[in-house]
Amino acid sequence: MFEELNDLYQQVIMDHSKKPHNFGMLAGANCCARGQNPLCGDQMQIYLKTEDNIVQDLRWEGDGCAIFKASSSLMTDSLKGKTREEVKQLFEEFHALITTGKIVPNHHLGKLEVLSGVNRFPARVKCALLGWRAAMSALEGDQQPVSTE
Amino acid sequence: MNQPPSLSEYRKDFPALHQQVHGHPLIYLDNAATSQKPQVVIDALSRFYQCDNANVHRGIHELSNRASAAFEGTRERAGRFINASHTDEIIFTRGTTESINLVANAWGNQFVKAGDVILLTEMEHHSNIVPWQMLARRTGATLAFLPVTGDDGLLDLSRLDDYLTSKVRLLAFTHISNALGTINPVVELCEQARKRGITTLVDAAQSAGHRRLDVQELGCDFLALSGHKMCGPTGIGLLYGRLDLLETMTPWQGGGDMISSVDYHESTWNKVPHKFEAGTPNIADTIALHTAMDYLDQVGRDRIAEHDLEIGAYAYHQLERLGKVRLFGPRQQRAGLVSFLLHNIHAHDVVTFADQQGVALRGGHHCTQPLMKKLGVSSTSRASFYFYNTTEEVDRMIEVMGGIQKFFGE
Repeated sequence: MFEELNDLYQQVIMDHSKKPHNFGMLAGANCCARGQNPLCGDQMQIYLKTEDNIVQDLRWEGDGCAIFKASSSLMTDSLKGKTREEVKQLFEEFHALITTGKIVPNHHLGKLEVLSGVNRFPARVKCALLGWRAAMSALEGDQQPVSTE
Repeated sequence: MNQPPSLSEYRKDFPALHQQVHGHPLIYLDNAATSQKPQVVIDALSRFYQCDNANVHRGIHELSNRASAAFEGTRERAGRFINASHTDEIIFTRGTTESINLVANAWGNQFVKAGDVILLTEMEHHSNIVPWQMLARRTGATLAFLPVTGDDGLLDLSRLDDYLTSKVRLLAFTHISNALGTINPVVELCEQARKRGITTLVDAAQSAGHRRLDVQELGCDFLALSGHKMCGPTGIGLLYGRLDLLETMTPWQGGGDMISSVDYHESTWNKVPHKFEAGTPNIADTIALHTAMDYLDQVGRDRIAEHDLEIGAYAYHQLERLGKVRLFGPRQQRAGLVSFLLHNIHAHDVVTFADQQGVALRGGHHCTQPLMKKLGVSSTSRASFYFYNTTEEVDRMIEVMGGIQKFFGE
């Protein structure tokens, strides 16, 4: 019935949404931020431990749709061990991927590529971005909760 | 004698219903957000701009006379639509939200004082919460909320007496809950408030296009509604207010039309209802609202109400039969909408999947975040029906829901 959705809801995404990685609080976190999508009411919290400009560890908690959960889960996997600059670059690559479907040469997306189908569902872009926006806000030390709006 | 046409025959009047979405026939089940528009309403809009367009209440020329007559004619029609005792009790606004804001300002600023209580219910739409929060901030009044029982979505009327204290100045509540499908006992609530000298406001956004409304029978002091949920255009709605109350209120917006005379330092106000309608009004949409009201009465509001009860009960029952579903709102006597969650599947995913099959649902908090928090959810999926929806469409929706459960392995 839903062939056209197989691209968006790939098995990897279903797996991550059902069993999200790095889920829960992080003891000893030195940056955290809240994220919310005011249109749907979804909320999340992200915790990062940074040292020497490097994301040593990060975890998240919250509840929302499969796209949001899978994206947040995959993001936490891919940000571990990255410098702030690398995180920023990856965010830009990811943003381009899910808003336009375009992949830049020599990219660092790795597993994040499974989310490329989101670009054909404009209403779901903010679901895929919520965790990222919260992570960026935590790294920038922003005290205000981030919003997708 | 001729039988009235079956309700599904009215589908032909709605051009937007006849289209394919993602390769499937559109099944439009988001009527609580906005209804589709019949061709006669669309025609009324273009006819006004093509033939009669002019400003109202100003000109002496022919077109202005026509526009003014049609505009004021809608006021008279709206008065009959809700059985107001006087045409001047109808004030045109942009919709329910603006109507409530009008009361919160023009009535609230004058009559609500520090220490007073504004009583709402736990199932209110943001538009019947936030204007009162702003009024409370301005005046030092506080808000109280009549509790909802739980997933069955009923007001806990056994607590009504405790909540209607001598400090309560206003009771404002929704007639039909957009998030639960609950139909609240307006007559009883207004009567209890009236006995204690408490002013009442009814949010009729979800009921106005779905059943007969008689403000005198309901016994409310104010009633707010939106045109776009009842076959009319967006951007037009109205506030009903009891004439003696409106007479005591001061304007909330200043400008042209709402004055009787203006000096550089002082002005005097026009009479009710014009003193609450500053500036050039939404003329074309108001006139098309007249057509929408005529159209609804041609279909028959009692028939629409009956159809709501039947299709709401049918959808509730079929979802229950599907299983692994959490349903919200009352089991019996519900309005024509169902609010639900498929176990372990988020509403946003449900709505995306349904959309791919041409089924338009709403997923989210339905502008009732406090209620969602109380029920312990962040969102629900909602299917909301109108008289042009059929049980076959409900069956198709259920089939799609079953497909979604399968896809998610539930």
